[in-house]
Amino acid sequence: MYRYDEFDQDFVHARVAEFSDQVQRRLAGEITEDQFRPLRLMNGVYLQLHAYMLRIAVPYGTLNSRQLRMLGHIARKYDKGYGHFTTRQNIQFNWPALSDIPAILADLASVEMHAIQTSGNCIRNVTADHFAGAAADEVADPRPYAEILRQWSSVHPEFSYLPRKFKIAVTGAERDRAAIQTHDIGLHLKKNAAGELGFAVYVGGGQGRTPMVARKIRDFLPEAELLSYCTAILRVYNLYGRRDNKFKARIKILVHETGVEEITRQVEAEWQALKDAELKLPEADIQAINAYFAPPALVSRPEGDDAVKQARLDSKSFSEWLDQNVVTHRHPDYAAVTISLKGIGEVPGDATDSQMEAVADIAEKYAFDELRVSHEQNLILPHVARADLKAVYDALVEIGLATANSNLISDIISCPGLDYCALATARSIPVAQEISRRFASLERQREIGELKLKISGCINACGHHHVGHIGILGVEKKGTELYQVTLGGSADENTSVGEIIGRGFSSDEITDAIEQIVDTYLGLRLSPDERFIDAYRRVGPAPFKEALYAGETKAA
Amino acid sequence: MKVLTANRLSDGIAVWYADGGWAETVGHADIAHDKTAEDRLEAIGAAAGANNEVVDVNLIDVTVVDGLVEPVRLREKIRAAGPTIRTDLGKQASPQPARAA
Repeated sequence: MYRYDEFDQDFVHARVAEFSDQVQRRLAGEITEDQFRPLRLMNGVYLQLHAYMLRIAVPYGTLNSRQLRMLGHIARKYDKGYGHFTTRQNIQFNWPALSDIPAILADLASVEMHAIQTSGNCIRNVTADHFAGAAADEVADPRPYAEILRQWSSVHPEFSYLPRKFKIAVTGAERDRAAIQTHDIGLHLKKNAAGELGFAVYVGGGQGRTPMVARKIRDFLPEAELLSYCTAILRVYNLYGRRDNKFKARIKILVHETGVEEITRQVEAEWQALKDAELKLPEADIQAINAYFAPPALVSRPEGDDAVKQARLDSKSFSEWLDQNVVTHRHPDYAAVTISLKGIGEVPGDATDSQMEAVADIAEKYAFDELRVSHEQNLILPHVARADLKAVYDALVEIGLATANSNLISDIISCPGLDYCALATARSIPVAQEISRRFASLERQREIGELKLKISGCINACGHHHVGHIGILGVEKKGTELYQVTLGGSADENTSVGEIIGRGFSSDEITDAIEQIVDTYLGLRLSPDERFIDAYRRVGPAPFKEALYAGETKAA
Repeated sequence: MKVLTANRLSDGIAVWYADGGWAETVGHADIAHDKTAEDRLEAIGAAAGANNEVVDVNLIDVTVVDGLVEPVRLREKIRAAGPTIRTDLGKQASPQPARAA
């Protein structure tokens, strides 16, 4: 993985010193909250309902064990013994004292981490496929390009005060696991007919109160022009993006209001002035960054096949975990493992200090010291020898992280909601927990098959409800929580925005409603192979509306 | 009925104005029953913000139940208690302190 060079390390240390001084001056009353707020936000410090919140960047979701151990240490020493992994592949701590934040940032800097640009109207943490470098279907590892974008976008003088925040995601496979079409810029790394690497470029995706699927504005951008083209897009956005209305300031609105043809024309025109100039990436630079992401030396471990076969016979629960949480690796003797942070009835994305430390130990011992945070709020061990899978499973069982529910209905994305968040209008975690408990039976979950359920506690859609196969949006209506259901959303290579199915449900009704939707699907699917999303796309909302609301119509 | 709430600058912990200071629990917060009293609390809040004791100062609606102040809105109830999903954390985790004499 990428290691800081002298410049990176000096820059992060300088920022820690600068922000520590700003914190001290704030605590001493030398600067006002109005002066301090933009400074703290630039360094990932929010104020939530109960306390401050610190959001720490995990670039493209990649961590080593030393870094995860440090996060565990921070959770224990400065917070309340846990952290929350987010849909931006980052981690948040919910209870840090402002006066402790300088010490936390110094600890983070000692393991090459920081909280810079995890808030504010700038280019945020660049996200990537969590199986990058491991996936069997990958053309090339997207992370070197995410790292190039990180370096380019960090305190970029031209793009530090954009009309609104800006999110970029990169995938290196046809199958999109990074939800690139829901981002301001989505990059699909691919090869052209000549075998050269480049990107399909998508612009203007986003969720929030106005969900939009990104539009493809270029089918193939040579890799060397990554920064010149992104600069062209950002320039057009910076110039024409709306600054009069916060809710209309994202690039998705600009693309929508301007039209994709005109935006494409503007970007291409801007790019003509930038291409083949100083932003063109020299091949040597790309190679230098690529070298940081050289895959670990995966020695041949052919004994894995027999070991897995035997362990399957010995343990049904291991066998189920293998089926659900282990995916094919590009090397036949290896696999990529999803560590579910979605234990039945638990808080999606939360991990305790000791779990973080134990996972770090597992990564060090069995997974070449590499970890990922997925945007679905799980942890990933990208490279595990199949021969070691049983040992990894046993170690995960010991710390309560062996739930075999990856991609099933209890693998729920949920924002923190009104239990923590100052913006939320309803709770989302308790809804996730109740649905998880209702569908606790793994047998039942597996019978239902792949089902992406996503919950947000307000219209800002941090819980990605718009692109859930089943999405739930919590709102406040007449002083109580009301949950609106959308169906048919998806965040893969066939991204779609879900449709509101009808009137919302109270907190007492929502789990029953979800169960009714699932039962309706089970009753109408053509075969167990027809996933929920495929069945919904085939039949549309009518059967689900009928199941949910028919009684009301008749009564009325 | 309204009370004055904010978050303490140094650690961000939710606090309520009571008995001339900032209490960590809402139960005995000073209640404004009329506009004059609300204006007084607002002035106190503005001064405390300017004085860098607290941030995010707000007046919130409350009721009184069994002699204790309770916020009306769910958001403020959660602020006053802690996360509903972690009853071991926040104000709800420690016993209510007796009213200061």
